[in-house]
Amino acid sequence: MAGLEDLYREIILDHYRSPRNRGELPVPPAHRVEGFNPLCGDEVVVYLEVDDDTLTDLRIAGQGCSISQSSASMMSATVKGRPVEEARKLIRSFKAMMSIHEHSLGGEEGAEDADAQSEAETIKPEDLGELAALQGVVKFPVRIKCATLSWNALAQGLDEIAAGVPPAD
Amino acid sequence: MTTTVEAGPLEVTALRKEFPLLQQESHGKRLVYLDSASSSQRPRAVLDAMDHYYETTHANVHRGVYAIAEEATRQFEMARKATGRFINAPRPDVEIVFTKNATEALNLVAHSYGRHLLPKGKAILLTELEHHANIVPWLMLAAERGVELRYIPVGEDYRLDLSDLDRLVDGVGLVGISSMSNVLGTINDLAPVLEAAHAAGAVVVVDASQLVPHRSVDVRALGVDFLAFTGHKMLGPTGIGVLWGREDLLDAMPPFLGGGEMIRDVRLDGFTPNDLPWKFEAGTPPIAEAIGLHAAIGFLESVGMDRVAAHETQLTSRAIELLTERHGDDLKIFGPTSDPARRGGVLSFGFRDLHAHDLAQVLDAEGICVRAGHHCAKPLMRRLGVTATARASFYLYNGEDDIEALSDALDVAAAFFG
Ligand SMILES: Cc1ncc(COP(=O)(O)O)c(C=O)c1O
Repeated sequence: MAGLEDLYREIILDHYRSPRNRGELPVPPAHRVEGFNPLCGDEVVVYLEVDDDTLTDLRIAGQGCSISQSSASMMSATVKGRPVEEARKLIRSFKAMMSIHEHSLGGEEGAEDADAQSEAETIKPEDLGELAALQGVVKFPVRIKCATLSWNALAQGLDEIAAGVPPAD
Repeated sequence: MTTTVEAGPLEVTALRKEFPLLQQESHGKRLVYLDSASSSQRPRAVLDAMDHYYETTHANVHRGVYAIAEEATRQFEMARKATGRFINAPRPDVEIVFTKNATEALNLVAHSYGRHLLPKGKAILLTELEHHANIVPWLMLAAERGVELRYIPVGEDYRLDLSDLDRLVDGVGLVGISSMSNVLGTINDLAPVLEAAHAAGAVVVVDASQLVPHRSVDVRALGVDFLAFTGHKMLGPTGIGVLWGREDLLDAMPPFLGGGEMIRDVRLDGFTPNDLPWKFEAGTPPIAEAIGLHAAIGFLESVGMDRVAAHETQLTSRAIELLTERHGDDLKIFGPTSDPARRGGVLSFGFRDLHAHDLAQVLDAEGICVRAGHHCAKPLMRRLGVTATARASFYLYNGEDDIEALSDALDVAAAFFG
């Protein structure tokens, strides 16, 4: 049976206690996306700014459990300043890492995750850097949604920007 | 299990032995079940009654003329009578409608009474502390018919604030109110609400999902019009709920779901509904579940509802005392902490600045089952200014050892998150 230390790695607790890139950005120019976890009522708000196909700035607001908060914090630290394409690749890899159990949960992302799996061949969990610490979450299926909350919001934000959806506030 | 009603405090250790599930361990620790407000556990007597029924008697009810079908029908209808007697219904055999759960019972009233008998232009009055089951059906009706919804607010003392009741009830055709909050533990004082509602000509629907399992409830003494509750919170199986309604109201109401069982005659161009209560029981009903519920009621009656209530009141007082003494300002209880007789054994709390899910995860590792989340009462959570709380809830099988285990586990959580 998975122990608590599988879930709450030190690095996760560190991001939870001192979240990176916490705050808001003025909308517009930034884009604002909300993610909701109906299970626990957690809410994450991701602000992102894309310039020249690069994610120039990103901020995280909202409230949630240590897993959703630290995942959002780690995500922000990892993707900020990266080209949008790289950010998308990271999203796919991260979700592939989380997907194994999301399938068995009947998560609505099932289909999308199937191709995420093959894409993920390019980035192995060990190449995800500190994000790999969140791998233990898959042993606690109900918490997977917590970990993927901010990533889904980021993906949605990037899609909206690409589709030219005007920034909502 | 004995059939004689005993006196004096509950023997929790002996009682617990009747519950097979509570005999196991979780993560190598004694399983401490503190989530009965969500769903209770079942005693052996309930499981045996259902097994026995399936092994010896099962056939569809109200259909066959053969012996086991008649016996199944008899047992099913006996369960109905016992359920009615349990809440002192004037006519158990016609006023008790079996549903799938409390949610369906409330939807039945919203659908049938709300769409057909609620006078046009009349508003619906609810409270801020309702479970989604007693809000969403009314929101759906409001969206469909443009009915105005109003809410009795929750005061700073976590009890309903009735100071504005006269104004709120003016022009109301139906009042929906829970008799006990599944988040705060507050037992609502129904009398003034009933009086004001009836004076305004409104019917009153009571969501008694949290009260019927824990206190003796008497629909005649209360003077309510509809009462809904659910089997799985009162030692019974899942898949069965109960709607009690005043006979004249049920009689006037059109059917809710259509199909077999609920009809007297069907022609190609129409149908005639069946008599009460079958008019509201479309399709094969939850037969084994009704028999299980009957056994659950028998179990509760043999223990004595007054003893159950006294035990839980005492345990809740002790829990509040012990937890506040040991955890001080680290612990914030969302719910009344004084006057324990007017609150049930449901304790919602925040601990330090930990998220309820993180807390529940650590408690789980200590073998303790508590609920974490919004408890299907999001409007109330907004009113409290939180997204989630942890919630420990008690039943007749919980004892002081469970509260001590919870308290110890809170220390573990504090140490873990530093
Ligand atoms: C106050 C209250 N009403 C209604 C319900 C719904 O019960 P069920 O899910 O069995 O329909 C619950 C249970 O969660 C409850 O606590």
